[in-house]
Amino acid sequence: MIEIQHLTKRFAMAGGTVVALNDINLTIPQGDIFGIIGMSGAGKSTLVRCINMLERPDEGTVTVHGRAMQSLSAPELRAARRQITMIFQQFNLLMQRNCLKNVCFPMELAGIPRAKAEARAKELLELVGLPDKAGAYPAQLSGGQKQRVAIARALATNPEVLLCDEATSALDPNTTHAILQLVQKINAELGITVVVITHQMSVVEEICRHVAILDGGSVVEQGEVSDIFSNPQSDAARRLVFPAGVPTTELLPGRQLVRVAFGGGTTTDKPLVASLAIECGALVSIVAADTRLVNGQTLGSMVLALPQDPASAQKAVAYIQNYPGITMEEVENV
Amino acid sequence: MSGFFESVEWQTLVELLPQMPFAVWETFYATALSTALALVIGLPLGVLLVVGEQGGVLPLPRWLMGLLNAIINLMRSVPFLILMIFVLPLSRALIGTSVGTPATIPPLVAAAFPFVARLVETSLREVDGGVVEAAQSMGATPFQIIAKVMLPESLPSLIANTTIALTTILGYSAMAGIIGGGGLGQIAINYGYYRYKYLTMVVATALLVVVVQLFQTVGTRLAAKCDKRLKR
Repeated sequence: MIEIQHLTKRFAMAGGTVVALNDINLTIPQGDIFGIIGMSGAGKSTLVRCINMLERPDEGTVTVHGRAMQSLSAPELRAARRQITMIFQQFNLLMQRNCLKNVCFPMELAGIPRAKAEARAKELLELVGLPDKAGAYPAQLSGGQKQRVAIARALATNPEVLLCDEATSALDPNTTHAILQLVQKINAELGITVVVITHQMSVVEEICRHVAILDGGSVVEQGEVSDIFSNPQSDAARRLVFPAGVPTTELLPGRQLVRVAFGGGTTTDKPLVASLAIECGALVSIVAADTRLVNGQTLGSMVLALPQDPASAQKAVAYIQNYPGITMEEVENV
Repeated sequence: MSGFFESVEWQTLVELLPQMPFAVWETFYATALSTALALVIGLPLGVLLVVGEQGGVLPLPRWLMGLLNAIINLMRSVPFLILMIFVLPLSRALIGTSVGTPATIPPLVAAAFPFVARLVETSLREVDGGVVEAAQSMGATPFQIIAKVMLPESLPSLIANTTIALTTILGYSAMAGIIGGGGLGQIAINYGYYRYKYLTMVVATALLVVVVQLFQTVGTRLAAKCDKRLKR
């Protein structure tokens, strides 16, 4: 379990101090895949670096499996870092070492005998699906292969926690998917707690169970991924769940707009828009719609333009509010 | 044409030819030995210049870094001929003489190590900060980062820069001929320049060119050969 309490980090910049992280409180359960999502500059990379003390927090505490990270001595911190490993957007492999030697590197640092380290490195390269690349140099690999080697390297010291700092942001969608599958497999098979830093909602959707949304250095929303998807509360969460923003409707000026969100299995059996027309007599237009698969559940949202006549609009609102498994909110029509 | 072979120019060159192989050897070993010793001093200094700064792998006190930089800049700005004259007493103390090829080695090293330190600094700065951060995230000690990340990752650049140092020091060693150093420089200056035997000067210089070409070719090949970033 990772517990972050009242974490604050400031940077001294030309022209004053910038508060990168402001009173962050997070609890990441053991064995979870926990997403931390935010736009560029939200502070997520700084936050993940505070977990292994690559960045020293100015205030607050970080506890990883009972260890108070900020008060460890230098040798204790080095030992703790073997249990909290990290993969990076730019892979950060040693370019002058072949893959086997790259995977051996953390074991070499820990003083594990070479023969033992190489045997384990071979196993790990097999685990990540690159058994034939032991002798290849990073320059000869594709981005996805490099990240696989980096994952093997991160697993070499049997960590309890794997930190992924934008690990798929430099990869194409297919490779991203394959790498996420691998991370999921590692989480399931080895029980490693995974913290995923990303700006891509699709990454959170695909593998995370819990998510915290970071905006301007603060956690604005956190909870189960499916809850946040079906019912985002904060502006930052809405921006991430509906990346295109609130759809504007020059076509339907003056019409009242509502966003409906549905999740889970039961609701999708009964078609909402058709029911509105038949049972309620309200003819609505779909302005925007989107469905996603999150942790095996179909989640979706629609923006509906209600009938012009205020009476039937009100009737439609009441109908939707009583509809099972649907959440609704009004959207400003700009 | 027959007149040329009777000329003093040609006669002098023929007289000096037997000395040439030894002069080449003297130039070669003075250069190689001075570069090696300059590396022994300059490499650790260059490492300190990078790891010791604020936010580096092993931050050192600001005043110490300031002093180190000031000393290196000072030694880099003294012209080689003047530095050589300053260091000659040291040569006398260390080697027992201030003339001949061995005596040129202390001034060559004194001139070369600050230069080498700057070259090493440049090479190490090319190492990707992300890789250093990755090593830190794995619990590497500062010494492990220097020995296992920074130096091996910058090896091709270090070799290329050592070649630059080698050719520069070769130039210095030829200059040392002016104040009694041996080798090709001495022949070019004493016979060619002071006694107006320009043919001898040109031949000695041409041999220097050959030695430089040799160093540069070997250095470039070696740097390319050990660089695993190249796709092959």
